[in-house]
Amino acid sequence: MFKFLYHYSSLRNFYFFSEKLLPFLLITFVCLVTYSIYGALISAPADYQQGDSFRIIYVHVPSAWMSLLIYMVMGLSSVSVLVWKIKLAEITLSAVAPIGAVFTLIALVTGSIWGKPMWGTWWEWDARLTSELVLLFLYLGVIALLNAIDDRRTGARSASILCLIGIVNIPIVHYSVEWWNTLHQGPTVSKFSSPSIHIDMLIPLLTMTVAFMLYCLIISLYRIRTMILVYDKDSQWVKNVITDNREQI
Amino acid sequence: MSTDTTTWNTLFILVRRDVLKTWRESADLLYPIMFFVLVTILFPFALSPEILVLKSFAGGLLWIATLLAMSISLENLFKTDYSTGALEVIVLSGVPLLLVGLAKAIANWVLSGLPIIILAIPLALSLGIDAFSLSILLLSLTLGSATISLIGTAIGALSVGLRSSGMLVIVLALPFYIPLLIFGAVATSNSQAGVIPEAELYFLAGLLALAVTLTPWATASAIRTRLS
Repeated sequence: MFKFLYHYSSLRNFYFFSEKLLPFLLITFVCLVTYSIYGALISAPADYQQGDSFRIIYVHVPSAWMSLLIYMVMGLSSVSVLVWKIKLAEITLSAVAPIGAVFTLIALVTGSIWGKPMWGTWWEWDARLTSELVLLFLYLGVIALLNAIDDRRTGARSASILCLIGIVNIPIVHYSVEWWNTLHQGPTVSKFSSPSIHIDMLIPLLTMTVAFMLYCLIISLYRIRTMILVYDKDSQWVKNVITDNREQI
Repeated sequence: MSTDTTTWNTLFILVRRDVLKTWRESADLLYPIMFFVLVTILFPFALSPEILVLKSFAGGLLWIATLLAMSISLENLFKTDYSTGALEVIVLSGVPLLLVGLAKAIANWVLSGLPIIILAIPLALSLGIDAFSLSILLLSLTLGSATISLIGTAIGALSVGLRSSGMLVIVLALPFYIPLLIFGAVATSNSQAGVIPEAELYFLAGLLALAVTLTPWATASAIRTRLS
């Protein structure tokens, strides 16, 4: 187990492993996203109250979930950075932070577009909207700190500490804000016993979420791979990779 | 027993050192406090000089002014120690970094939290707060400002010695203060409605307990990272 982890956390091995992994991920992603778009736009019935405008849920909800999931990934990377000093985790942390920030922004913007016809307002000082906005600032804080420190390793370690302070704070912010004011509809998907969403609407939503996850994974892998090359630029294997590619072109 | 007393001694020495140092460097001490008063007296100009209007906003106004002023004070917390090398000497001396982190937070609270709480009394009265709400406001400010100092010290340690660290600290720290602001401001406005805001004060006390136990670790590991 540890031998396995050790093997793939070395930058070089990860680079070649992810190269083999990417085509499969891409194919699965394309199939899944095609099916989900069909399911979301055509086969799912229109909502009896919200009409067709509810279909923005297929972008809004997965992005909101991604914004949280990516912060969790950053939290795990932070622990690996601080405890085991894994270089790959340092790179992962700085690679996924902007992706998380963008998904948070997408969740906010689509939520606002959805809110206009449904609640009659672009922005409402509602609990979930506000805590999502705070999450955006937590992401921006991590990115700002990463950019402010020139040395990549101390930068990653500092950002990890900030990220962990954020992890402790996210539930506190969330519940305090919820306690403060709430208008957003309650959770409709996670009530497993009897979800208050029609099954034909739910399945595309779940597949779309998996597609979003795959998308995040693919984009992160591309970013991580590029960063690995920059990080290890003085080593021989990177020189080989780069010159090989040139010869092929 | 003996280790206990040396721990407290070390903590006391560290705090006293920070307090004395800033006391003699009066600008660092004065700017955040002046800022606090200035921000508070800006609000009547912006909102309304009517005491009835100001009264309903008073708790929130003073809380926002406190957050901003205390964020400003964070920049100087590690600055001179870092640039003169004193921080490295402290780290090399073998004092547990947890104690250093805790001492910095206590010093920050004594130097900026305490004066702000004292100055909040005349300012709150001038904004039309009655005696009962004032006592609740001061209690919530005491609990809240201690938490602010603890979180702020950790964030300040992260950005010590960086370019434009002053702005960076404020931007990084403010999102973490939102729960404090919510409970503090709501406690004050509830007390103005005649309710004793027990729940909010307990929440603030709980957050303080959480901050005392967790943030010194973050500060310690931040100092270690910045000096490595």
